[in-house]
Amino acid sequence: MVNLPEESLIVVENLYKSFEDGEVLRNISINIKEGDLVSLIGPSGCGKSTFLRCLNCLELLDSGYIRVGRTELRRGAKQRPDEKMIDTAHKIRREVGMVFQSYNLFPHKTVLQNVMLAPVVVKKMRQDEAREIALTQLEKVGLEGFANRYPSTLSGGQSQRAAIARALAMNPMVMLYDEPTSALDPELVGEVLQVMKALDSEGMTQIIVTHEMQFARDASDYIVFIDRGEIVEFDDGDILFTNPKNDRTREFLRHFNGMGMAVNC
Amino acid sequence: MKRIFALPLMLAALLFFSCPAGAADTMEEGILSWGGDSEGGFPYMFPNPANPDELIGFEVDIVDEIAAYLGKKPAYINNAWDNLIPGLSRSLYDIAINGLEVTPEHEEAVNFSIPYYKTFLQLAARRDSQDINELEDCRGKVVGTLKESYAEMVLDELGDVEIRTYIVEANTYEDLQNGRLDAALFDSPIAIYSAGFNPSIKFVGRPIGEITYAIALPKENRELLREINEAIVYLRDSGKLREIYDRWNLWSPVMAAEFNDYSPRKVEMTRYDDWAESHRPTLSLGDRLKRYVGFLPAFGRAAIITMEVSITAMFIAISLGLALAITRVFAPSWLAGLASCFVEFMRGTPVLIQLFFIFYGLPNIGIKLSPFWAGAVGLGLNYAAYEAEIYRSGLFAIPRTQWEAALALGMTRWQAMREVTLPQAVRVVIPPITNDFISLLKDSSLVSIITMVDLTKAYGQLAAAYYDYFGPGIMVALIYLLIGLPFAKFSRYVEGRLAEQDTGGYKNRANNVYRSSTRWV
Repeated sequence: MVNLPEESLIVVENLYKSFEDGEVLRNISINIKEGDLVSLIGPSGCGKSTFLRCLNCLELLDSGYIRVGRTELRRGAKQRPDEKMIDTAHKIRREVGMVFQSYNLFPHKTVLQNVMLAPVVVKKMRQDEAREIALTQLEKVGLEGFANRYPSTLSGGQSQRAAIARALAMNPMVMLYDEPTSALDPELVGEVLQVMKALDSEGMTQIIVTHEMQFARDASDYIVFIDRGEIVEFDDGDILFTNPKNDRTREFLRHFNGMGMAVNC
Repeated sequence: MKRIFALPLMLAALLFFSCPAGAADTMEEGILSWGGDSEGGFPYMFPNPANPDELIGFEVDIVDEIAAYLGKKPAYINNAWDNLIPGLSRSLYDIAINGLEVTPEHEEAVNFSIPYYKTFLQLAARRDSQDINELEDCRGKVVGTLKESYAEMVLDELGDVEIRTYIVEANTYEDLQNGRLDAALFDSPIAIYSAGFNPSIKFVGRPIGEITYAIALPKENRELLREINEAIVYLRDSGKLREIYDRWNLWSPVMAAEFNDYSPRKVEMTRYDDWAESHRPTLSLGDRLKRYVGFLPAFGRAAIITMEVSITAMFIAISLGLALAITRVFAPSWLAGLASCFVEFMRGTPVLIQLFFIFYGLPNIGIKLSPFWAGAVGLGLNYAAYEAEIYRSGLFAIPRTQWEAALALGMTRWQAMREVTLPQAVRVVIPPITNDFISLLKDSSLVSIITMVDLTKAYGQLAAAYYDYFGPGIMVALIYLLIGLPFAKFSRYVEGRLAEQDTGGYKNRANNVYRSSTRWV
């Protein structure tokens, strides 16, 4: 269960992050192996989204250490961010795919253009090459017929799948999902989860902030429970759900009782 | 003549005469460039009614004679009357002539030649009126005159006169004719050319006051002053000046006394007769239309100037505005602060003052722009401030999440801006930018104060020359509309194209949400 840093794709050590209104993440350390699917759960405001945003450097950590593949970012307490750190953060972002709760597709571009944009702009890929990759990714998420549609004409599930294809087109080492199904109608949740499951079987490393407990339990290699900015407990889904060691975990999971979740508390 | 120099002149004069501006760049050899204002300039200088492209007037004749005497070619440069004297210090022309009066204030700023004409104020009344025969009879009556003129001062001093001031001479005499006024008081040449041929108006009373016209030259050019004086003396003594005044029907007892020449008229007053002929009130519609067609070349040239200045200015405004907006949003705070200072300053001061400053003020520190560039840069800088704010609001109208999504894909800030935020912001800002451009198109008429003859100026010149503000007014309005329309159309088109994202590319789906989705509610 506990991965060694040297055999992990992603390493986080002693990560701290505060905003003006207080500390959000406290001493987070975690190692994630290549190909793992990890779910982050916890009460709202616990810091799990912030953790995800720190991981791809949309927020710069206050102090601590992050390694994604071979790219390392270390920041000492009170160290001012310099050019090099910003550079590294940018490098990490290129290796990490991110999917947002509200999809954040670019409304002025078609689905195909959305997916092609980053390879062309960031990787300077040729148009036809990028188009080919984009079409492949769209097919993978089941949107082959939607390439020339504008985002405003897509359903929520389709939008989120397009967003996943857009992130995949950059060929990331790891995919981060920030509550990818929270904005979806219940009947559309399945199609998005299906895509993530398929990616898992292809060996994609994925970290998902989610409230889909059933999915987390079924699909995750393990689940991390975060509360008040700390990793409280992490374990295999079945173990965490049936036999949580920590009182806070038990308290949180109780809310999902009666929603069909088998939690033995 | 006409008006007492107004505020803009004083302002520019202050900027100028405070330091000895370098009239160093001597004018071209063999050319006598002269400044004047042909707007409302009859009989001094005005477009020939028979051929609007030709500048005529008794002062034009005088300059031609002087230039001939000096063996030079005259070159006319139009400048707003209020700015004629600042223009001298700006070395826009060698001499200024346009009914400039020799007054102590003027003599501080420029040198004057010996006078070439002396005149007086002429009182006019309706032909059927009996009670106004002298200036004193004006007490208790309604009298019209030109705004801020010597005549207004005289009426003011007389006391107990209800003064009505006008901007256009012709309107005054019209009001006199139809009974709104009891009398009108104007410089004699203007009176003659406004009402001398009007059967229902008569000139009454003795000459009032004394008005002396002379040619203005920059202080430092004493050599030219000597030459001009020599020329005037020659023209006077050889009788050439008298001939000009005869032709223009401007010889008067005052001039006879001044030149000590009491001989009868030697040449016919052909110029005056032409003028009177062309101002017959009973002009047939056909003749009128024919005249309007004759205006077209002048309006066309002016329209091109308006467009050139506007488009150049808009280009400056759009690019500088974009730079300012991006600076304000992204640059380090000191630089952003500088940009907002610029914006506040340019928005907060009148564009008229800015144009004056750029054209007449900057040469003091060695920056000399041509009228075109001064106008384009002045308007461009001013509008850049407005554009910057429009762009900034456009950038902020795009949700933060779009920016984050772009960065998360590995784009640099610049790439995210270029590919994601800006293209979306463009859609938001197109309507206000179009608005601004059309407004700029109209504001470009301000360049007439820095010697350019744009559409508005051309309108003023031609309308005043013919007493006809109606037809030319419609023509000019239509031309402005025609210039602005393509931009409005173009922006509509671009808006429509950009709205594809909402309509999903379906042409028949309305992009106006207020029409489409709530239509049935």
